[in-house]
Amino acid sequence: MSAALASIVFDGTAYAMVLFVLSVGLSVTMGLMNVVNLAHGAFAMLGGYVVVAAMSRFGMPFYGALATAVVALAAASALLERLLYARLYRAGELDQVVASIGVIFAASALLVFLFGPTPQTVQLPEHLRGTVEIGGRAVPAYRLFVIAVGFGLFAALRLGIERTRIGAQLRAAVDNRHMAVSVGVNVRRLFTLVFSLGGALSALGGGLAIEVLGMGPGFATQYLVLFLIVVAIGGLGSVRGTFAASLVLGIVDTGGKYLFPAAGGFLIYALTMGLLLWRPQGLMGRAAR
Amino acid sequence: MASRRGLSGARWHPLEALPWLFALAVPFLFPGYAGLGVQVLIAVLFVLSLDLVLGYAGIVTLGHAAFFGVGAYTVGLLSVRAGWNEPISGLVFAALAAAALGWAVGRLILRFHGLAVLMLTLAAALLLQEAGNSAAAITGGHDGLTGITIAPILGRFENDLFGMHYYAYSLVVVFVAFVVLRRIVHSPFGRSLVGIRENRDRMTALGADVVGRLVRAHTFGAALAGVAGGLYAQYNAFVTLNLLGFERSGTALVMLVLGGTGRLYGAIVGVPLYMLLEDRLAKISPGFWSFGIGLLLIVVVLFFRGGLVASMQALVRRPHGGGHDAGVVEKIRGQREPER
Amino acid sequence: MSRARSPLARGLGIVAIVAGALALSPVAAETVKVGVVASYSGPGAEVGRDLDRGMALYRKLHPEAFGGHTVELVKRDSRLPNGEAAKTAVQELVTRERVQLLAGFSYTPDAIASAPLATQAKTPMLLLQAATAWLPQLSPYIARLSFTMWQSGFPMGRYAAEKLQCRTAAVGYTDYPPGKDSLEAFRMAFEAAGGKITDAIPMGGAVEVPDFTPFLQRVKDARPDCLYAFIPAGNHTSSFLKTVGHLGLKDAGIKLLGPGELVMDDKLHLLDASAAGLVTMAHYSSFYDRPANAAFVAAWKKEYGEDSVPNFTAVAGYDAMALIAHLVKTLDGRIDGERAMQLIRGWRYDSPRGPILIDPETRDIVQDEHVQVLVADGGRLSIEVLDRIPQVKDPCKVHKVGRCGEAR
Repeated sequence: MSAALASIVFDGTAYAMVLFVLSVGLSVTMGLMNVVNLAHGAFAMLGGYVVVAAMSRFGMPFYGALATAVVALAAASALLERLLYARLYRAGELDQVVASIGVIFAASALLVFLFGPTPQTVQLPEHLRGTVEIGGRAVPAYRLFVIAVGFGLFAALRLGIERTRIGAQLRAAVDNRHMAVSVGVNVRRLFTLVFSLGGALSALGGGLAIEVLGMGPGFATQYLVLFLIVVAIGGLGSVRGTFAASLVLGIVDTGGKYLFPAAGGFLIYALTMGLLLWRPQGLMGRAAR
Repeated sequence: MASRRGLSGARWHPLEALPWLFALAVPFLFPGYAGLGVQVLIAVLFVLSLDLVLGYAGIVTLGHAAFFGVGAYTVGLLSVRAGWNEPISGLVFAALAAAALGWAVGRLILRFHGLAVLMLTLAAALLLQEAGNSAAAITGGHDGLTGITIAPILGRFENDLFGMHYYAYSLVVVFVAFVVLRRIVHSPFGRSLVGIRENRDRMTALGADVVGRLVRAHTFGAALAGVAGGLYAQYNAFVTLNLLGFERSGTALVMLVLGGTGRLYGAIVGVPLYMLLEDRLAKISPGFWSFGIGLLLIVVVLFFRGGLVASMQALVRRPHGGGHDAGVVEKIRGQREPER
Repeated sequence: MSRARSPLARGLGIVAIVAGALALSPVAAETVKVGVVASYSGPGAEVGRDLDRGMALYRKLHPEAFGGHTVELVKRDSRLPNGEAAKTAVQELVTRERVQLLAGFSYTPDAIASAPLATQAKTPMLLLQAATAWLPQLSPYIARLSFTMWQSGFPMGRYAAEKLQCRTAAVGYTDYPPGKDSLEAFRMAFEAAGGKITDAIPMGGAVEVPDFTPFLQRVKDARPDCLYAFIPAGNHTSSFLKTVGHLGLKDAGIKLLGPGELVMDDKLHLLDASAAGLVTMAHYSSFYDRPANAAFVAAWKKEYGEDSVPNFTAVAGYDAMALIAHLVKTLDGRIDGERAMQLIRGWRYDSPRGPILIDPETRDIVQDEHVQVLVADGGRLSIEVLDRIPQVKDPCKVHKVGRCGEAR
């Protein structure tokens, strides 16, 4: 039984790390800029497709393709922020929701046009394909890789936010934007930077997700709810919160599937409702405004 | 905010008869389209109910379709499990069931705002879908509920091949609902909802029972959504769990914003336009349709704030020296942003 | 001036000339409109595309089969799988376009919503994809040319118990109607043949690909002889099989079984060599080497590209067009609903998949099922047929299970 438990925790953590990488950008941008960006999943999707295209059409290796996707989406997000989202900061939640739905539609249609409606896959590099012996168990190498990336990213983000000047500016702006402006923080540039980072992270998440969640033109809408749940439970603008929420969701979901497969999505939605009713601002979000 | 004249006033303006006259003429002008017409009318009713909850009361919900689904399943289950086929009473039961749920969800959730409300409404709808699937023995689960038979309306008009009878039936239901909504929206209650939407804290400071009013609006919106769902079940004689789903809520949201929120006529304009465009363009190329709608949404949000109806009103108003009301509201909106 | 011919002779002469003229001039060619309602957009877009290609290929290869008449396909997208768009489309096709036949119907809700209209309009409705067993019972004008989940699941259940040494089996299925159908069919036959089902695990939905690890870990812990899995083709299957590989289910001695969907021809390239050994029960694979199939696949590759491969949806489209040609030719371009249904009931055809028959009583497809295994030779996967179960009638209706047992 403990082997099963270990398996659940391990798989849950791997799944959680993919969710984390996919959602953390959304949490930060929503927390900082008060923008409901449902199209976040579309960036992840585009990132995933860049990885697929880079590998299949340009013969790039997996890591190179991931890096390409990250850079490409960072640039694209910065551009999109300037062109579209900057104008939406003043708009209400509703307009933001609808504009981002528009982005999802357009992105999905574009991908179907370019790649067709079928799901996409990639050939992982040899050393990520098999299993690794750890403590007498055969552990899938790719899951291990994803966990490493997730933890590493968490550490890097925490360090970046706690220890760098930009991180300090970010924290200040999330806390109280007008004070930050009056203290001399260039909030406009910060927004673009953060949005760009969010896009880059979601592209990384998309690339990682190809193997774990699958990638197709419906990715953005299929997983939208899940990203929103992670962000809402974690708390807007909190990297720690997103990390915690991803772990909770990942492990509960995996454990639930092992123990009560018939329950389906019930556990996750009930958990979401329960947590939000108890703490509407999320686990580590700012308390009621 | 004195009562404005023209299309937004409490008194019926002659122009308002246009859409209804047009709707009456449709089955004669375009005989083969009555079937599509019924689907459009059902959607109009659903989106009207969403306008009350979201456009007027400002509750950004992604779970409104749950009430549509509950209404549909009420009619379906009454027919299949209880043998109750009468259509008009079926709609009443649908409204009651949806209202009960709307009230319960509202009481639970509406004391929060922002993302929490968005997520909670979504989670509630998803939970309901899952519950529906678990109770598959009763609801038919993901297979859907079949075998729904509906008695002829008023004992005489059954669901014919061309859909004419149901078109007339739906039109009457939608019109009645619209008249009722219009009264609500122009009443003090309706205006207090707008006040809550514009500045919740100030309304609380004024002593208004904010949550109570929001719950009432939500309940009524749910009831109307339930009626729309009931109509759907009666016309299609088949209901599935994705009637409660996120896609339906999302599409309704899109149609409402295209037409314009908080105006009732936004739904009347936005829904037929969207559905007709979809009917025409999706035939030519489904890919283009998706892409086109995506771009259209972005364009409307950026440049046609307030949707089509607002843009049309602005065009009409400008020669007369500009709309002062609109300007003031815009200014207040602009000032609100930092306080969030 | 003499009378050259008697009035009788003149009359006969005129008759002869007129008769000759009629015999030589072509019969007025009719255009028969066929409404095709399928999913052409969204996740199910490939179904519409494959049906189109199959139908087009038949028309190209057998232009003479239509008796000189033309068939015009009027296509409508059924979009989301809730039947709404399908119903509107069928209404439009029947009232505005005045189609004489309906075909397609990717999803069960599409068929359910459209059935009453077909009955009202007396228009034959050919199901080419929707697989729920009791669909033909919804209208006397419905006939199916594709397959039912019971047709593969039921024989597999029996075969697994009798020939594959499965005394115990776990079933994993994607939690949507085809998955549940498949589970029921397998379970019924397996248990009737003396097997024991240890676990029936719903494995997430058909839209998102879930992480299969917890489900398969659960199966592995229970150690049944066999695992029967129903998952949609594509990402679900490839992810599932990868997870099977990772968890080492084969090494744990668990045999993997499934319906033909798992090894759908145009999705085979998503799998890798570790999937070899998978045993499936299918009604069609492009690898069958019967003459009709060899010709079909060759013609397909010539028309749609060497890399393209037909799957069972394409075959359904192809066969449907064969049936439509038969109707058009026999009824001389004017399709009367009743007469068409009489012709459809009992129709036999040598399809690429094997001999098929439309059961005159149930109006459902009767076809061979093949026990096939996935083999990897040098990195390429192919299908080998181990056994054949001829002319399987839909077992749900044969055994009158649930709704299948209701009066027609």
